[in-house]
Amino acid sequence: MEKNDIQNTVKEIIRISGVNPKKCIKCGKCSGTCPAYDEMEYHPHQFVSMVDMGDIEPLLESPSIFKCLSCMACVDRCPRGVEPAKLIEAIRSVKQRMQGSNHMKPDDIPALLDEELPQQAIVSALRKYMK
Amino acid sequence: MQRIGVFVCWCGSNIAATVDVQRVADAVRSEPGVVFSVDYQYMCSQAGQSMIVDAVKEHQLTGLVICSCSPRMHESTFRKTAQLAGINPYMVEIANIREQCSWVHKDIFIGTQKAITLAKAAIAKVNLNTPLTSGESKVTKRALVIGGGIAGIQSALDIADAGFPVDLVEKEATIGGKMAQLDKTFPTLDCAACILTPKMVDVAQHENIRIISHAQVEEVGGFVGNFHVKIRKKARFVDESICTGCGLCTEKCPQKKVPNAFNLNMDHHRAIYIPFAQAVPKVAIIDPDYCSMLKNGKCGVCAKVCSVGAIDYQQKDEIIEEDYGAIVTATGYNPISLEKYDEYAYSLSKDVITSLEFERLTNAAGPTQGHLIRPSDGKQPHTIVFVQCVGSRCAANAEKGKEYCSKICCMYTAKHAMLVRDKYPDTEVYVFYIDVRTPGKSFDEFYRRAVEEYGVHYIKGMVGKVIPEGNTLKVQASDLLMNKQLHIDADLVVLAAAIEPDRSARPLATMLTASMDTNDFFTEAHPKLRPVESPTAGIFLSGTCQGPKDIPETVSQASAAAAKVIGLLCKNTLKGNPCVAVSDEMMCNGCSSCANVCPYGAITYESKEFRMPDRTTRMRRVAKVNPAVCQGCGCCTVACPSGAMDLDGFKNQQIMAEVDAICK
Amino acid sequence: MQINNTTEFRPKIVAFCCNWCSYAGADLAGNNRLSYPADIKIIRVPCSCRVNPTFILRAFQRGADGVILCGCHPGDCHYTSGNYYTRRRMTLLFSMMNYLGIEKERTRVEWVSAAEGAKFAAVMQDFAQTVAALGESKRLEDLRCKQ
Repeated sequence: MEKNDIQNTVKEIIRISGVNPKKCIKCGKCSGTCPAYDEMEYHPHQFVSMVDMGDIEPLLESPSIFKCLSCMACVDRCPRGVEPAKLIEAIRSVKQRMQGSNHMKPDDIPALLDEELPQQAIVSALRKYMK
Repeated sequence: MQRIGVFVCWCGSNIAATVDVQRVADAVRSEPGVVFSVDYQYMCSQAGQSMIVDAVKEHQLTGLVICSCSPRMHESTFRKTAQLAGINPYMVEIANIREQCSWVHKDIFIGTQKAITLAKAAIAKVNLNTPLTSGESKVTKRALVIGGGIAGIQSALDIADAGFPVDLVEKEATIGGKMAQLDKTFPTLDCAACILTPKMVDVAQHENIRIISHAQVEEVGGFVGNFHVKIRKKARFVDESICTGCGLCTEKCPQKKVPNAFNLNMDHHRAIYIPFAQAVPKVAIIDPDYCSMLKNGKCGVCAKVCSVGAIDYQQKDEIIEEDYGAIVTATGYNPISLEKYDEYAYSLSKDVITSLEFERLTNAAGPTQGHLIRPSDGKQPHTIVFVQCVGSRCAANAEKGKEYCSKICCMYTAKHAMLVRDKYPDTEVYVFYIDVRTPGKSFDEFYRRAVEEYGVHYIKGMVGKVIPEGNTLKVQASDLLMNKQLHIDADLVVLAAAIEPDRSARPLATMLTASMDTNDFFTEAHPKLRPVESPTAGIFLSGTCQGPKDIPETVSQASAAAAKVIGLLCKNTLKGNPCVAVSDEMMCNGCSSCANVCPYGAITYESKEFRMPDRTTRMRRVAKVNPAVCQGCGCCTVACPSGAMDLDGFKNQQIMAEVDAICK
Repeated sequence: MQINNTTEFRPKIVAFCCNWCSYAGADLAGNNRLSYPADIKIIRVPCSCRVNPTFILRAFQRGADGVILCGCHPGDCHYTSGNYYTRRRMTLLFSMMNYLGIEKERTRVEWVSAAEGAKFAAVMQDFAQTVAALGESKRLEDLRCKQ
């Protein structure tokens, strides 16, 4: 990605998520509380720091963004109200909306699914519609 | 009509270089009221001042205008000169023709023009000046200290040592506060009780100190030098003057299931008890919620065993009324409630405790005689996890927690970790931190010793959750430096809870009209230069009621507050600022607008009888300004809808006259 | 002395400065010899909240071309809360300036601390320029006041 593209993408991620990564005090409670920690290459606190530093290319390429369960434990427990899950959600959206890249086909999904983890879509749906 | 003298200073070349001083002196000569004008090299010099004195005598001057440097520089000098010459010091006005004219304008024509205008504005004001005298009020030579922790104790001792009587009000049954509950103190590891209890005894034995324990301030009136305070001394059902503190009653009382608040409810005492062995005053107290004699009139064992007959079931609350010259607030702190912290399982497991509870557990006088055991099963813990910043450093809008750093947690956690490793070397100790903050004398060295000599595992990262499972506590946390998630089976989890000001501080601040910040800490008059005074005159701040701090800082602030109190009480009378608000009671309609904006509570209302034109009389509510409390900001003058309120020294007419002179 | 007889418009500007911050800031500007237009004439008040809106109207009535009110920064008021009242009162007053027939730009509230000599000079420069560009204010001038 061009430097400009990266800057714009970071802005877009921040706009979509409504998260201000500058609020982070780097305590790591988000990662401490994350149930999907061991499945992730990058962990919630790293997402926040990396977006803050503009280092988003590895995040966009990492399967970690699809490992987040959207359980919102990190959002609930962050002492500063940074909401890392929303940031990860935004990066996921940005990835999915990217033009010209290879989009996922339904047939690809089974291979990506992890037996151990609850399916993110189901967890998200529960979170969204159970209240 | 005033007889005004105008004195134009050259200030060497400072003014004379860009202002034609002679022209200024000439130009104002025809101004209304001016009978004399002159220019001179250095008006503030001895010669200049005697020139003013002579001119006053010679021309019978009633007002002075000095065109010179900033009034912030020499206003007081020239006011003294005026007094020397026999006229009221507030009949002097300064036209600032140096800082705000000669120094900022390069052109002599423009500078002179402006200087003339400024002089004319000052003349217009002096024409309306009236002599003002500072009100004097007597100082009651007695101090009140609210809160009997280490802060209050230190302030009380220092004031009492200077020879002034002090009343020390404490809401608990004994003085000592939080420090009495601590085990050891960082960074020297002296035992808290060993250094505190001698001071408590000093307080008890000091001839100038009266301890009013188990009491609360109920009402505060008056102002600096003259506070009138009502204190409710709650019934303790034991006559304090007779009880010898032998403790026999506390052994015989049949009601054994009263939670011991001093040990943070980790064990029990009887319904009649002495909070702890070194309590001051060492007098028993009955808890009316548990005593069956007080609840249903049956029992009376304590009265039977008391050899001096100190038990008094009929005792009532007592109201003590006293006058004070100064008040010190030392209301202290409490750890926050951790009930909302589900992730740390504080309310789910007995083995998740706060640091203050840990202090009691390791204290030789505590519920376990200093043996570190798990509260749930009494077994010795082998893995202990300390979590720092629980509730500290949260977002301002967070549902739980405080925005500020509680300051003391890093150090006491290091102390706890070190003490555990020292006493039980086979225990694994983990400390989870966000940052380790150790700014203080020998503080960082202390923390490093905990790591390097005592082998405490310090882990950068926060605990995400604690799950009680069987006998263990499953701790899940991230190690940010190793980029790894840790799962630790802990036996004991200690939470460094944030501290917050005591709940009694907010209602107290309202009574004192002292200001507070959003966290309910008292605000200081100036954060840098007046850190131990409240903006409200006569109120002084001591200890953690002003902000989180450790013991040495608390003690130094307590002594500083005492020094300020002594300085105040040494005076026989207080001279007020004469530039205070005055209300014209003929115009006042008693609407309360002024009192609502007054930051000092200087305005009260009184009903006054007024003669009507038809010879009848009518009662009317009118505002009254207390000149000793008013600081002269003038906010009320603008709020007043009827124009009854005015500010001496800066009257509406005077400011309007200045405006007119400038706009002419 | 040569009289500088230009026809250039010199506005009359009244500056109300609070004793604790802005007046001290003006003194500091003087100490540092930071020049600003001589059209600014300062009136010292104990606190910006002492300034009654009628003082400002009076100034315009008497022929002032601009009025600026300087106080301590919000939160720094010597009297704890005075400048908050100032802010509210002046917001209300200034919202009615155009209705009164005075350009709103002729009025301003600025926070200048005792350490901000440079800011004081810059603010005054800027305000004087703004007012000078607007030209003479005459609409509120009461003919009865002209003597």
